[in-house]
Amino acid sequence: MATESSKGGSLQVIGEGNLSLVTSPHAHFGWSTARIMWTVSLSLVPCLASAVWFFGAGVLAPVAGAVIGAAATEWVVARLNHKPQTLPDGSAFLTGLLLGLIVPPGFSPLHALLGGVVSIGIGKAVFGGLGDNIFNPALVGRAFLQASFPAGMTDWSASVARVDAVSQATPLGLYKFGDPSQFASDIATQKLLVGNVGGCLGETSAVAILAGAAILLVTRIAHWQIMVSMVLGGFVFGGVLHLGGVGPSPLFHVLSGGFLFGAVFMATDYVTSPTTPRGQWIFGLGIALLTILIREFGGLPEGVMYSILMMNAAVPLINRGTRPRIYGAKR
Amino acid sequence: MSKQTSISAEFLKGLWEQSPTLRQLLGLCPTLAVTTAAANGVGMGLATAFVLVCASLMISLVRKLVPGQVRIATYVVVVAAFVTVVDLTMKAKFPAMSKSLGAFIPLIVVNCIILGRAEAFASKNGPFRSVVDALGMGVGFTAALTFLGGVREILGNGSLFGVAVMPADYDPWIVMILPAGGFFALGLTLGAANIINRWREQSALRAARVASAAKEA
Repeated sequence: MATESSKGGSLQVIGEGNLSLVTSPHAHFGWSTARIMWTVSLSLVPCLASAVWFFGAGVLAPVAGAVIGAAATEWVVARLNHKPQTLPDGSAFLTGLLLGLIVPPGFSPLHALLGGVVSIGIGKAVFGGLGDNIFNPALVGRAFLQASFPAGMTDWSASVARVDAVSQATPLGLYKFGDPSQFASDIATQKLLVGNVGGCLGETSAVAILAGAAILLVTRIAHWQIMVSMVLGGFVFGGVLHLGGVGPSPLFHVLSGGFLFGAVFMATDYVTSPTTPRGQWIFGLGIALLTILIREFGGLPEGVMYSILMMNAAVPLINRGTRPRIYGAKR
Repeated sequence: MSKQTSISAEFLKGLWEQSPTLRQLLGLCPTLAVTTAAANGVGMGLATAFVLVCASLMISLVRKLVPGQVRIATYVVVVAAFVTVVDLTMKAKFPAMSKSLGAFIPLIVVNCIILGRAEAFASKNGPFRSVVDALGMGVGFTAALTFLGGVREILGNGSLFGVAVMPADYDPWIVMILPAGGFFALGLTLGAANIINRWREQSALRAARVASAAKEA
């Protein structure tokens, strides 16, 4: 989650007296970048807590690695460019925290650190910094890690602390590669809601993610259209396939893997999501459709990350296509 | 041609100032595709350099005989002849290398470095200068490909020219030998080259300013 709204939160006034010019935005939300970033970080606390609760305190190591890697890169990049230090605005911290929460438990902290460096360095800084990146930085870091360390990124064996029975695979992995008869009995909706299943750190507990979503929606930081359209899309597209005899129940699609985490924390990134409400609906539905397609017909058990990255690439096009009509102009 | 650059400058410009990879951004397709290992970079670079030198010499020799309208077609025929020589030689003498470079050896025919040098240099200069120019470009291309291949092999496989160089517990970044890693390595290398060039320009400016100040004093 990042923002491109004006940094200080105050209007910039040029000139004096009767000839003063005020740059846009004229109606400001009133929140600075830093306040938004730290609030979003706060909304991730329930997810972090659920990760510690289910997988043990050891999961703090990769999270810390990712945060340190991201923050250090942000600091170094600002220094090298002779730009004002952007570290205190919290965006790099948030990127690192998000990245740390989407790696498996027991992931090497050093690799997580590398992921943080790639997130900020290649995901954000090379495009010109906050507001100019086309892809979600945390997901760029994760995609790099997924391609670099495929074994480490799919090793769920450390998820043992409070996760009984199903400790060796994620629900989606079980669905894709496991024994169908065992699958039905092992994955109860209740477990997916609470989160005592295998998976990436922050993504298993639906309740914790919804608590974070509540904070984002009450403070009106995130656009509800993206969250609602993505979840709705999951139900609709998953439901259509399920009725056609393909795939698990739509509820399983939405509750398993990174679907909710992606909908609440990743797809809602200001910089890499459409600016118009109509565009946000297209964006969310597109992510849901791609995710269901990858899960059902692709080679991977999970597809939320690649779906969001692909739709990120489509955002400029969506923005162009859904530009609102200027008042008084013809259609 | 009244005033000509020196022969050594003609050679050296291909190494950095007009490096085909770093400055002209030509021939990027094989650059991205084959640099998964340092040895591949050397092989591809030398094969291209050989074709480049031979083709430049031949094209420079026939430059006054070829009508302007058919010059590109003539270049392609000349280049294709030498590419066939390289392709068959590599298949006979270095089958493993030939296999790992695959289609990119025959594709040297359409490598824009070679056509670029033919059009921009060999068709306007004598055989000796053309060969020197081609040598410089070939060496520059080979150096850039070897560098990229080396970086990607070290990070992506923990080895250099097949010899393990990283600590035993190093976990290779597999992405670096995948296509995406080629773009990462090339992009960051171009960025670094730009930084070095800007730095060199600034220090040259500063030196010039110091020199002119000294003259006035």
